[in-house]
Amino acid sequence: MKKILILFAHPALHKSRIHSRLARAAGEVEGVTFCNLYDRYPDFFIHVPYEQKQLRVHDVLIWQHPFYWYSCPALLKEWMDLVLEHNFAYGRKGTNLHGKKALSVISTGGSEAVYTRQGFSHYSVKQFLAPFHQTARLCGMEYLPPFVVHGSHLLREEEIDRYADWYARLLTALRDNTLPTVKWQDAESINSLIP
Amino acid sequence: MYNQDFFLQAMIYLLAAVITVPLAKKTGLGSVPGYLLAGVIIGPYVLGWVGQESEKVMHFAEFGVVLMLFLIGLEMQPSLLWKTRHSIFGMGGMQVVTTTLVIAGAAWMMGLRPNQAAAMGLILSLSSTAIVLQTLSEKGLLKNSGGRSAISVLLFQDLAVIPILALLPLLAVIGGISDVKRQVPPPQEGFAALPGALQLLLIVTVGMAVIFAGRFVARHIFRFVAGAGMREVFTASVLLLVIGSAYGTAKIGLSPALGTFIAGVVLAENEYRHELEVTIEPIKGLLLGLFFISVGAGINFTLFFREPLLIAGLVLLLILLKFGALWVTARVFGLRHGRHVLFALALAQASEFGFVLVSFSDTLRIFDHETSSLIIMVIIFSMALTPLLLVINEKLVRPWYVRRRNREVPDKIPETGNKIIIAGFGRFGLVVGRLLIANGFTVTILDSNPANVEILRKYGFKLFYGDVTRPEMLEAAGVKDARLLVLTMAEDDEALKIAGWLKKNYPNLKIAARARDTFHEFEFYKLGVQMVQRETFNSAVELGSRSLHFLGFNRYQAHRAALTFKHHEDSIMRELYEHWLKDETHFIRESRRFSDQLTETLQTERDFSIHETDCAWDVTSVRKEKAEETGLRPDEDSRSRDHGREDDGHAQNG
Repeated sequence: MKKILILFAHPALHKSRIHSRLARAAGEVEGVTFCNLYDRYPDFFIHVPYEQKQLRVHDVLIWQHPFYWYSCPALLKEWMDLVLEHNFAYGRKGTNLHGKKALSVISTGGSEAVYTRQGFSHYSVKQFLAPFHQTARLCGMEYLPPFVVHGSHLLREEEIDRYADWYARLLTALRDNTLPTVKWQDAESINSLIP
Repeated sequence: MYNQDFFLQAMIYLLAAVITVPLAKKTGLGSVPGYLLAGVIIGPYVLGWVGQESEKVMHFAEFGVVLMLFLIGLEMQPSLLWKTRHSIFGMGGMQVVTTTLVIAGAAWMMGLRPNQAAAMGLILSLSSTAIVLQTLSEKGLLKNSGGRSAISVLLFQDLAVIPILALLPLLAVIGGISDVKRQVPPPQEGFAALPGALQLLLIVTVGMAVIFAGRFVARHIFRFVAGAGMREVFTASVLLLVIGSAYGTAKIGLSPALGTFIAGVVLAENEYRHELEVTIEPIKGLLLGLFFISVGAGINFTLFFREPLLIAGLVLLLILLKFGALWVTARVFGLRHGRHVLFALALAQASEFGFVLVSFSDTLRIFDHETSSLIIMVIIFSMALTPLLLVINEKLVRPWYVRRRNREVPDKIPETGNKIIIAGFGRFGLVVGRLLIANGFTVTILDSNPANVEILRKYGFKLFYGDVTRPEMLEAAGVKDARLLVLTMAEDDEALKIAGWLKKNYPNLKIAARARDTFHEFEFYKLGVQMVQRETFNSAVELGSRSLHFLGFNRYQAHRAALTFKHHEDSIMRELYEHWLKDETHFIRESRRFSDQLTETLQTERDFSIHETDCAWDVTSVRKEKAEETGLRPDEDSRSRDHGREDDGHAQNG
């Protein structure tokens, strides 16, 4: 059984429709540690040794957040800047994260069609996530394709519920290591691979 | 010089109350039966310790009822009163008319003459303000819609006494005892002798005067008096106000209780409201107790034992008839879910006004002496049974309706429970209050400095003047339903006392406290208060941060240094608190407080080191590693762009 750490970043959870629901679903899966970064560090003062300890004892790292300006909210970036220290996460002696898995769980306002070469956003979600991908790679982690909730502005309540359910199944599969082994590089998202 | 009799009498009354009231409260009946029982025991038929004067005592103690209505008025803002006008006049009117008709009908069928029956109906249609309000408030039922309706009806009855007093002489004339009119001329002197239009004019004038005085003058008087800082003078001024309005309304022929009620309503939005409540409450309680004792002492057991079955039957019949009429009234005005039962049971007794009206009828010769004493017995017994009826409501009726309601509709969310109280509104509390108010919360603010109260009121704050250190004050402010109490007063020992009292009496209430210093903070922790803020620490750190900036740190660097220091302080405090708990006596010496604190803090700080939290922003180690790999000296490779890290040399000072 793999241990999963979700680093959740949402500065206005009280206004969230999607992520509050996903967060609740995630919290109910056994073996998942859910860390609400904005709740833990409202003054952006991240406790680096504690966060590093958490990383050491988990096997799967999930960055869950809304897709603000094609990236993450500021506190998660701060977390990456401060916690992924030289000689902890990378560098000659920085091997603490080697062999772990990482993935992004995001929601986007635009539909799937928007995130194409021809679409309004011009790039695919996966292309936008290149910094996360490369960060994981540099830290010796395997970066899985993202779990994406597309078109979040127009989702109806029951559709959100379906996504939450889907997310919970993804977490269970990650925990029990039952995801199909495919060439991750080919998948645009992990959504279709969830059993 | 002192009347020894007075001491003896007072001792007897107090002793009886002290013994019986707690016993009665234990049985769940509330204090009223306790007082009544005390009265019976010391009265002429059991111990005989008090006798003839108990009637005089009763008249004196009726002032307790007047005070009670003043307090009820204080709870009722004018806007609220205006909203309840339908239930006052509609429900009250219907209740008095239907009850009068039903009772008069029954009396007539039992063989009384029509005029006697009508008088009896009018007299017995009233209910006992004292017993109903005391019992309902002890059971916390005054806010229930059944309880509210009961208050409305009682208010209407207070108004109805005036026309009833006017009607009784007429009934005496119709009644056929031919020479009644000549024998007992209705009292026609003073106010009553004036022509009707002038009377009305006077009533309106007095009413306007009361409203004007209450709204515009009272505040200044209270401020003047409170400013003197003499508690007893404040009490005196409140009593002066109540007695004044009672006297004024009595003078123009209205009931004094009604007058003080109006005075209460007028003052309901006054910032001294809570203080008024706290001042009047104990006096009211004592006088009401005295009143109930004298009612108990007045029960004529000789009469009762002569015809016990007749009296018991009449009492039961009266309660049944009143209950029926009240039930119908309640249903017509839309009370349901058991609230109509509460309403009907609560008001199903006769009134203490009945004593006055019966003796008046007696002098008018409507009833003979025998009938009069019989009616008085029935009134007293019906009053004494009220607490029992309410216990029936509590144990049988309400559970039944609760069970039924659970089957039918989901529970409503209670209206209260969102109340925030700020105790102490000086420099510190002001900021807390402004922040809460700016974010849309309503707060009840208590402060003991009348000067602050005035200034802040001018800027639209809802403030109440009062001594925050008195538990009664907090209770009057509604601490029972509060969600949060912010304790920001400057008096640190008093704040601890209050926190201790609150933790003991309202363990679920959340407290946010201002602490003077570290040890004060620890005292709060020890009491179980977790949300504590030292009054100076954060400001001092801010100023320190600005000093760092002046000394050459860039702004963000100074800010991070301050943040780091704050979090470092937290862990030191945890350590120090453990220490303090173990070694308490050492710290208690007030005189060395600050230096003790300093020593302890610095001592503990030595064992801690500020963790280099922002290490990741320091690229020294990366550069070193890079240099080793490439064989170059770091200086020559200072613009390394490896793995997207752009280094502009913003290294920590180390």
